[in-house]
Amino acid sequence: MTATKVNTIQARYRRTGLYLLIPAIAVLLLVFAYPIGRSFWLSLFDQNLGTGLEPVFAGLNNYDRIIGDGRFWQSFWVTTRFTVITVVLELILGMGIALVLNQAFRGRNVVRTIAILPWALPTALIALGWTWIFNDQYGIANDILLRLGLIQEGINWLGDPLTATVALIVADVWKTTPFISILLLAGLQSIPGDLYEAYALEGASAWQSFYRITLPLLMPQVIIAILFRFAQAFGIFDLVQVMTGGGPGGATEVVSLYIYATAMRYLDFGYSAAMVVVTFLLLIVAVVICTVLISRYRSRTRE
Amino acid sequence: MSTTLNPDSLATPAKPRKLTVGTVLFWLAVVAIVVFCLAPILWQVLTSFKVNEDISAIPNVYFPTRFTLDHYIELFTRRPFMRYVFNSALVSVVSTVTCLLIGAPAAYALARLRPLGGRIIQAGILLITLFPGILLLQGLLEIVQAFHLGNRYLSLIIPYTAINLPLTILVMRSFYEQLPRDLEDAARVDGYNTLQMLTKIVMPLTLPALVTTGILTFIFAWNEFIFALTFITEERLKTIPVASAQIGGTSVFEIPYGPIAAATVVGTIPLVLLVLFFQRQIIQGLTAGAVKG
Repeated sequence: MTATKVNTIQARYRRTGLYLLIPAIAVLLLVFAYPIGRSFWLSLFDQNLGTGLEPVFAGLNNYDRIIGDGRFWQSFWVTTRFTVITVVLELILGMGIALVLNQAFRGRNVVRTIAILPWALPTALIALGWTWIFNDQYGIANDILLRLGLIQEGINWLGDPLTATVALIVADVWKTTPFISILLLAGLQSIPGDLYEAYALEGASAWQSFYRITLPLLMPQVIIAILFRFAQAFGIFDLVQVMTGGGPGGATEVVSLYIYATAMRYLDFGYSAAMVVVTFLLLIVAVVICTVLISRYRSRTRE
Repeated sequence: MSTTLNPDSLATPAKPRKLTVGTVLFWLAVVAIVVFCLAPILWQVLTSFKVNEDISAIPNVYFPTRFTLDHYIELFTRRPFMRYVFNSALVSVVSTVTCLLIGAPAAYALARLRPLGGRIIQAGILLITLFPGILLLQGLLEIVQAFHLGNRYLSLIIPYTAINLPLTILVMRSFYEQLPRDLEDAARVDGYNTLQMLTKIVMPLTLPALVTTGILTFIFAWNEFIFALTFITEERLKTIPVASAQIGGTSVFEIPYGPIAAATVVGTIPLVLLVLFFQRQIIQGLTAGAVKG
């Protein structure tokens, strides 16, 4: 009798739990599952101006097209280069900032507040600010470099493929380094201090203790930060859209900009869906690799 | 997260009033961080108060002698900027509240009530925190068109709510798991049902966590660009980031730098205030979200 009563109570809890979850699941399915699933489905069709915007089954044609599409691979290369360079720079800078913020000093809270500010500000607005800084005529970037004597005449930053890429990288590093330093700072704070003391007693230098203690123990955080940043940087849109619009001549066109143009400007929905699928699968691969790496590091540090 | 925990790891511990090379280098690093983070913002603020001649002066004017509010006045008189602020505020606040209303109960369910499939749901939630907006855009556009949501606030509120649900659920769940069970047992004995318990006992107790995740949602919603650009085309419904990015002159050669700078300042002030007041909660929310992942 009592056993069945407990069972029914537990069943009721479970049911209530399900009810509480349903709104969240419904919203998530609508906004995440449907669009992704829909892209998989649509990628098998031609749906563009040529077909009168009606879906016509095309099998794997769209994927075939991607393979031969130089513009896609160009944007893919641009995105990968941007992602790798920014994430590496942000990790190095972020680590430095985290190490400084982890020390006890007067005004540390103020500096911490300042150090997360760039991350919180709207990317589109920040991009406007950086566009102004890199303005070819009145930009402060040129002015400073001229005054320092590093350049002889003003650079048309956003008008040249190489310098436009540099400008985007600078803006992105400024914007998202704080995010990485916050993650790393949390990791640093979880490392017990006596570990360092013990190691220092054995005569280790600061660099050695960083290399032998801090870095290995921080590895899970580093991988998480890389994963988050990889996903974000790979899908970057607003910064590039506002600062260069993909120009000059497509030199800074990232994948998301190309997908956006394909869907919204060329109305080539089947093809853009196929590109979404490819990008999605790439992200999944990255997630799997990072998850494996993290669990390996966690089990190693536990030993 | 404890801020008192401090392993004096790298630089030699700074002893008061003793100037070593280490401490000098350390303070140089601190100054560098502050300059790095603030300089671009301050330059934009300065530009927004400069008169037009100073803005387009060569070489640049670093210490202007004349200041003006004209660019701000132009924003609010010649453009519907008040309206943009209102749009951004409305969309952000409603998304934040909706996200908490849907996310907190879901987090509680995952933490305590052990629903069927809870683990799978949780793994799925972790995965989707990584999706960039462009992957969802096309499918969402279809939904927006099918339900005639274009140029309605709802077309932004729904995705903003959804995109922030994963983080909200993760952070709230870890808070609920730390809550002492006795409290809820006592409430059950007193005859509270799950819903009453949530609204009367659990939610008030976890108010700090709600604030933490709410702020992160608000920041995201205020900053979002690609959906706001695509789903809202009507001028008076635009949000600040999109409206600011679309400020243009009458010709390509006449870009209104002053008003653009003023717009970025207006659009960032709410977030600067949030960061000033809730620095600790923001850090806590971000790290909790990432560490669980």
